[in-house]
Amino acid sequence: MATASAIDVVMPQMGVSVSEGTITKWLKQEGEPVAADESLLEISTDKVDTEVPSPGSGVVQQILVQEGETVEVGTKLAVIAPEGAAAEAPPQEAAPAPATQEAAAEALSPSSSEGETPAPQASPPAPQAPPPEPAPAQPAPSPAPAAAGDGNVGGDRTFVSPVVARIASEHGVDVNQVSGTGRGGRVTKKDILAFVEAGGQAEQPAAAAPPAPPEPAAPEAAAATQAAPPPPPPEPAPAAATAPPPPPAPAPPAAAPAPPPAAPAAPAPAAAPSQPGESYEPVTAMRRGIAEHMRRSLDTSAHVTSAIEVDMSKVVGLRKKLKKEYQASYGVNPTYLAFVARATVETLRDYPWINGELRGDQIVTRNHVNLGFAVELADGKGLIVPVVRNTEGLNLLGMARAISDIAVKARDKKLLPDDVQGGTFTITNPGGYGTFHGTPVISQPQAAILGTYAVVKRPWVITDDRGEDVIAIRPIMNLTLTYDHRLVDGALAGRFLRDLRAKLESWGESDY
Amino acid sequence: MTYLQAISDGLRQEMRRDKRVFVIGEDVGVYGGAFKVTLGFQEEFGPWRVIDAPLSETAIVGGCTGAAMMGMRPVAEMQFADFISCAWDHLVTVAAKQRWRAGTPVPITVRLPSGGGFSGGPFHSQNPESSFAHIPGLKVICPATPEDAKGLLATAIQDPNPCLYFEHKHLYRRLKAEVPDERYETPFGKARIHREGDDVSVITWGAMVHTADEAAQQLDGEGISVEIVDLRTLIPWDKQAVLQSVSKTSKVVVLHEDTLTGGFGGEIAATIAEEAFEDLDGPLKRIAAPDTPVPFSPVLEKAYLPQVEDVVAGIKEVVEY
Repeated sequence: MATASAIDVVMPQMGVSVSEGTITKWLKQEGEPVAADESLLEISTDKVDTEVPSPGSGVVQQILVQEGETVEVGTKLAVIAPEGAAAEAPPQEAAPAPATQEAAAEALSPSSSEGETPAPQASPPAPQAPPPEPAPAQPAPSPAPAAAGDGNVGGDRTFVSPVVARIASEHGVDVNQVSGTGRGGRVTKKDILAFVEAGGQAEQPAAAAPPAPPEPAAPEAAAATQAAPPPPPPEPAPAAATAPPPPPAPAPPAAAPAPPPAAPAAPAPAAAPSQPGESYEPVTAMRRGIAEHMRRSLDTSAHVTSAIEVDMSKVVGLRKKLKKEYQASYGVNPTYLAFVARATVETLRDYPWINGELRGDQIVTRNHVNLGFAVELADGKGLIVPVVRNTEGLNLLGMARAISDIAVKARDKKLLPDDVQGGTFTITNPGGYGTFHGTPVISQPQAAILGTYAVVKRPWVITDDRGEDVIAIRPIMNLTLTYDHRLVDGALAGRFLRDLRAKLESWGESDY
Repeated sequence: MTYLQAISDGLRQEMRRDKRVFVIGEDVGVYGGAFKVTLGFQEEFGPWRVIDAPLSETAIVGGCTGAAMMGMRPVAEMQFADFISCAWDHLVTVAAKQRWRAGTPVPITVRLPSGGGFSGGPFHSQNPESSFAHIPGLKVICPATPEDAKGLLATAIQDPNPCLYFEHKHLYRRLKAEVPDERYETPFGKARIHREGDDVSVITWGAMVHTADEAAQQLDGEGISVEIVDLRTLIPWDKQAVLQSVSKTSKVVVLHEDTLTGGFGGEIAATIAEEAFEDLDGPLKRIAAPDTPVPFSPVLEKAYLPQVEDVVAGIKEVVEY
């Protein structure tokens, strides 16, 4: 009977550094059939949003982790009953069929999945239907402690008390990593405080790093700790993260205003109390990732921006010509971005440091350009930077096609972890909205980021055939290079922009 | 000085300094009161300021209400707190509402010998404080120490509102402590940290403070550090002190001698759930008398009133969660 056993769906490992993911949507509900490799759910990690294909064919028997919950890699998310078994006995009331029964039982109690990672923090709103276990005949003062305490119901399911949950979120600690000494192995307030004090912070490198709040760190101490965001826990971090990228002032790391030591650091319970008229939504994994990266980048690199104006007449003319041909022959649109990217890759050849990286005591340069493109997601609530590898080998057509491909993949959430890693230089293109200048934040650990802005018709002084100055109407585009002044000097950046402009302004028919 | 002497002392000082203060009750004059709180008062202050009233709580509280409205500061004695129910209407319908109705202050103090532990049975052992804590306009005072007994009585007599002063009979002669000779007022709504601790907060008042203290001493030997918060007054009660203690220990036991259902402990528990949810590291526990009248039988009464062992067990349950 046990031939067709239930198939477990687990949180996949999406890239080396990813340790957890959030279920954003179940594409199949309990009871619905699903084919092998058919998309079953959408997940969001701090690297990518993606769909998870079904590991087998059958019927979704049970969903163990609900939408919006974040679980560790390897956590069992759902159980799929293989076709045969499911057909003869639908999930719930399958009394006789032993195979399904077994599977159902297993599904009902997350604790029984011995081999698996013990479902961490499991799913509070998980399937109800508690087994008809007779409550222990005991005066049982109140049901809560009995259930959580006697350990005969929840097994390794850990109840997280309100104060423990609060401390965990304040310190970015994964409660499952704390060993509990309370009843039934519950993590108590003392356990988690000891854990935090011992420096045991969960992954989250810098973002949630501020140490235990009780001691208001002296300014020097804070600065000395590391270049990570300085003290008082929750307030400054979110503020900085949600604010638009600050101006490129050469922000000295760790120069963040030290809080007045008088500030009573004790009552940490998050920011301000809620105000009338406000509404709330949880911070997604992606937003958290962006926030952390933006802050870390500003704390790491010495951001400086230089801008240059480029007469795009030649590019505009050529694009008009190529557009029809490219679209007819290849279905690809030769965008301005493709031209700029192509010219950038060419120019970077002569400026290896701008395509380089400051890594410890070494300056890294490369024989390739892996070009990242900042892509806004369709819902306007996130941004991702997919990378086109080895762009030095792409001509204009190849570049246009590659950009179009990754943009589609990003918006359809089809990017794989490798698609967003390994960039050596990044282009961001906010010009689509008409902006003419900006100061983007460098994607770490790169050395620079190029901003491209709207192509605008402007009166432009040029020299006519007779060598006289005249005013012409020309399509002008601003380009900015935001660079890490630790590695790239202003003169170098200036020369890079000059050469890039020269390439774009002199673009000939034979330059592909 | 005993708890009883402290009450007596405080009342005498108040009568000496304020001519508006007078005492009225059953047998408070010649006999000196059922528990001898006013022994010798009639000799000192005369029969017009120490009035033996007829056997009618209604008349006593009704008379006090009228006198208070005319500017006096009456201190009424119920022989037992249980008998206050006869005066419910005057107290609740008139005295408690007069200030809101007509703006007239009603500075009455009603002394209420309360509590069990001496086989007094159902009519001489109750702790009806929560019934009155529910009535807006009344203040409810429950001193646990001789020093507080004296200071809170002075504050009650000078307060412009009707004050119910629950003095615990079990403490009368059992509890002795230093009490300042001079007059002083102990403010309402300020809890007293009877004992500092880290592992669990016991919120209580009146005689139970001492039960909790014995339990805490026992548990100290087992490495459990108990904080005892003595509320001193239930209306107004010191929310801040309670929430502060809860945020420190994250574990709570609410202890009172009154019956469980509708007891004031429920109000405290609800407030903690509302305002300190994220400080809690486990379910809160209430320890109180069961929902029955107080039994006569010493054996049954012992089973009825929260004992030190009950408190020890309850604290352990909460701490071990």
